[in-house]
Amino acid sequence: MAQSILIDTSKCMGCRACQVACKQWNQLPADSTEFTGSYENPPRVSPLTWMRVTFQEKETDNGVKWYFGNQRCMHCTDAACEIVCPVGAIYHTDTGAVDIDFNKCIGCNYCAANCPFKVISFDRKTDLPTKCTFCYDRVSNGYKPACAAACPTGAIDFGERRDLINRASQRVMHLQNHGSQQATLYGLDEVGGTGMMYILEDTPSQYNLPLAPEVPLQARLWSMLFKPLRIFVVLAMGLGLWTNYNKSRELKDAAKKNKETNPSDYKG
Amino acid sequence: MNIGLNTAENHPVSMKWIQKAKDKGGKLICVDPRFTRTAALSDLYVPIRPGTNVAFLNGLINYALKNDLVHEEYLIHYTNASFLVSPEFDFEDGYFSGAATEDDGIGGEKNVYDKSSWSYQLNGDGEIVRDETLADPNSVYQLMKKHFSRYDLKSVSETTGCPLKTLEECAELFCDTGDPKKAGNVMYAMGITQFSHGAEAVRAIAILQSILGNMGRPGGGVNAQRGQSNVQGSTDMAMLYHIIPGYMPVPHEKSHPTLADYHATTPGGYWENRPKFFNSLLKAFWGEYATPDNDFCYDYLPKLDKERSHIASSKYTGEGEIKGMICWADNPAVGGPTAGRKRDYSRKLDWIISVDIFENETATFWKEPGVNPEEIDTEVFLLPAALHIERDGTISNSGRWIQWRYAAIEPPGDAKPDLWIVDRLFKAVRKEYETSGGAFPDPILKMNWDYGENASSAEVAQEINGKDLTTGNLITSFAQLQDDGSTSSGNWIYAGYYADPDEPACQKRIRETEGIGNHPDWAYAWPVNRRIIYNRCSADPQGNPWNPDLPLFAWNGIEWESLDVPDFNASLPPEESAKRPFIMTAEGVSRLFSNAMADGPFPEHYEPWESPLLNQFSGVQFNPCSTVWYPEDRGSAEENQFPIIATSYRLSEHYQTGMMTRNMPWLVEAMPSLFVEISPSLAQKVGVTNGEKVIVSSHRGEFEAPVCVTPRIKSFNAGGKTLEMVGIIWHWGFAGLSKGPVANDITPSFGDPNTTIPEYKAFLCNIRKVV
Repeated sequence: MAQSILIDTSKCMGCRACQVACKQWNQLPADSTEFTGSYENPPRVSPLTWMRVTFQEKETDNGVKWYFGNQRCMHCTDAACEIVCPVGAIYHTDTGAVDIDFNKCIGCNYCAANCPFKVISFDRKTDLPTKCTFCYDRVSNGYKPACAAACPTGAIDFGERRDLINRASQRVMHLQNHGSQQATLYGLDEVGGTGMMYILEDTPSQYNLPLAPEVPLQARLWSMLFKPLRIFVVLAMGLGLWTNYNKSRELKDAAKKNKETNPSDYKG
Repeated sequence: MNIGLNTAENHPVSMKWIQKAKDKGGKLICVDPRFTRTAALSDLYVPIRPGTNVAFLNGLINYALKNDLVHEEYLIHYTNASFLVSPEFDFEDGYFSGAATEDDGIGGEKNVYDKSSWSYQLNGDGEIVRDETLADPNSVYQLMKKHFSRYDLKSVSETTGCPLKTLEECAELFCDTGDPKKAGNVMYAMGITQFSHGAEAVRAIAILQSILGNMGRPGGGVNAQRGQSNVQGSTDMAMLYHIIPGYMPVPHEKSHPTLADYHATTPGGYWENRPKFFNSLLKAFWGEYATPDNDFCYDYLPKLDKERSHIASSKYTGEGEIKGMICWADNPAVGGPTAGRKRDYSRKLDWIISVDIFENETATFWKEPGVNPEEIDTEVFLLPAALHIERDGTISNSGRWIQWRYAAIEPPGDAKPDLWIVDRLFKAVRKEYETSGGAFPDPILKMNWDYGENASSAEVAQEINGKDLTTGNLITSFAQLQDDGSTSSGNWIYAGYYADPDEPACQKRIRETEGIGNHPDWAYAWPVNRRIIYNRCSADPQGNPWNPDLPLFAWNGIEWESLDVPDFNASLPPEESAKRPFIMTAEGVSRLFSNAMADGPFPEHYEPWESPLLNQFSGVQFNPCSTVWYPEDRGSAEENQFPIIATSYRLSEHYQTGMMTRNMPWLVEAMPSLFVEISPSLAQKVGVTNGEKVIVSSHRGEFEAPVCVTPRIKSFNAGGKTLEMVGIIWHWGFAGLSKGPVANDITPSFGDPNTTIPEYKAFLCNIRKVV
């Protein structure tokens, strides 16, 4: 894996410049949200939101803690989405990211269903899975991903994975020696190592991250047993998807109509 | 130490530098009534009740004095600790000597001090008497010890509601910077200033930093974080009612009818040059018409007749005295205190000109839900303005760096840069005077406005920079300004920032490759590109830096080795310049005791105007020197009318009254509506759960909002009571993409006697569940 993003959550201040920068660069329109009792919004990743900042509060003996996490595609080495994709549309790029070739994608949604981090969203409007692309368009042209470029405190670092791990290990040690005994580097070994790595001050659950993410067993079985035969499966699925597609189209037309009469997508 | 400041949320770029300091082993203390995103990153969080900053800071001062943690050599040489004060000076039960009740001009009374006893003892030669042993009972040091001794941490804990253990930890950690080798930095913002005792709180910080020897040193100082990127610049250029450019006072019609009267009030220290700065400003205003014979057109300069602060002007508007209002990038209908009243008063105006990037609530008060436009005769003009990235010019940051910026894109549609608008507006007014005459046309007709067809920012910058009118050359320093009319300058402190029109210093962008982070070739810091002011204090009287590892100035026996522009006479031997390290004060040293304030030479704790507690430090409940503009507005905690403390603040995601952000879909998505924050215990009492709606009310109004029930808000145990708090986010209004109630409808129009800033940060409210 060539390049990675390292987020030092102990330096993150939850300003969400990354969340907005992601939307700006990827031209993702705003979703309609409402305040439901947390700073966190939008409430989940979606076709309109490829990454978002999470906020978790915790009462401890040493007072309140407020943890700022970051939810998005982890760009796993052992990527369940890549394993299950029946048409090989999901692949690792030369820069280390996990990307989707939409020319190949058939919209079966297996990737999203099998993602151990639940960070792939299926867009019913286009029948395509959506997720963080690691800003492949920027990175392959020598720029940092939009989130890393926007971060005011330098909490988001981008670079060679090996360098980031070296830096992160020192930082984790520093944090452990300064009151955060639970501090860890997340993503070092998880699912074969991930392109997104986090320095965490507390357990992964405080940051909406699974403790031991794994490629689901059925995904591995699917890959081992059926992948050689996948073209037949694809043909079989094709018929089912044709129906699915028509249904989506109806939904889409209805939504479009609705939008024309209701031009504002935003809640007042 | 961050106090009354939420760097992470409201000054996110500054947080980068705090993080860097933390990387190097620095400790961050966050003092705030609520657990903020800054608190989340701090090493020590210190919760204090809103409105008790002075008690808290006085507690730290006392802790340093009592435990001998002060920087003694600094204290003796660089402050007025050793100066003897008049034996007449006294303090008793909340009042300093000289207290007298006076008519406040609006039918009430307030305390105005006769400051004659707030003075130094002079010897036969007119020199201030000093006692460097600091033992004299009338020395500033002994008076301080006496005054601040009342602020022991236990008493401070009872008033602030901060646990004693936390206070002790904080006092120990911060006062440790009294060690000459260490530097401590205090950053503050509106959580310090927006109180009826805000200015005294700033003074308390300055006193603390002076006794710990933290002023004028790398990494030290009192650092105001500004509410927006160019507040420093707008203050420098006097966007305030009481000053003119360069921090010179506005003349008053009664006390300064003539130029000679104004100059007679010239202070000491470097300010003795003020007549040069002032006369040069008049030359910039009225050019060739300003001559020594006509007092440089001093008569043309508007004079104050009475208080013209925001709160005062609003009241006069309501009384029908004011006919029109230009609101330039200002939205008092949302941002002002008791904002509902401002919208009501707008009906009394014949016209409003609103200059903004979006149609704001001040411009649309007549469209507010529930208002009938047919009943309103006010004519509103909306002038669409260019955004900061759509025009060139300078901004000045809180480090006083004047930085030139270029327009990145053209403004959309009819939107125009501010300079374009003001240029056209002035020319139209002048034309009106030319054709129709007027009561007093000369100040307008003779105004030096020679920018041609289209005024350019570069031309205006040169006028501000200043010129030698004899040679026509731009000046490089305010030291070149004269009081005889041979020089002009639109703002003396900016002299030099645009001295070379081909390569103006404010356009420089050269990063420092080695040094201590001063970056002298990046932009231009006023005054004279000095990065740290009072910088003589960075070294001891012999010229050795207090911290040899972080030198700013070091005397090598022959000359100074320096990394900054000296704020002292560098041609003198170090022992000599050490006598006047604070060149702007008449005494030449830092004032631990000062007669410059309206409400006391030392900071004293008073409760906010509205408070659920009696003042535990004296019998004087709230600042006696403040004007009570609306006595009928004051709510009470008694009989459970308004028993809950309210404080107001901003978010990362939105900005001020929301014009730049409530119209931005991505930010609206991130923070879609106004809300209030309460503790789980208050939520239980009120019977609401997270996300449910409540009505927040004060004696001045009410609004509806969803609640965020969070452990980040906690009740305070103060004065033997358990006091709950409601945290109010206030960015919303009825105009724009994301709409919401105006939270400032419930804030009080009561302010600080020195600055008149309203008390937005501590007042009383009540909440009830929406059923």
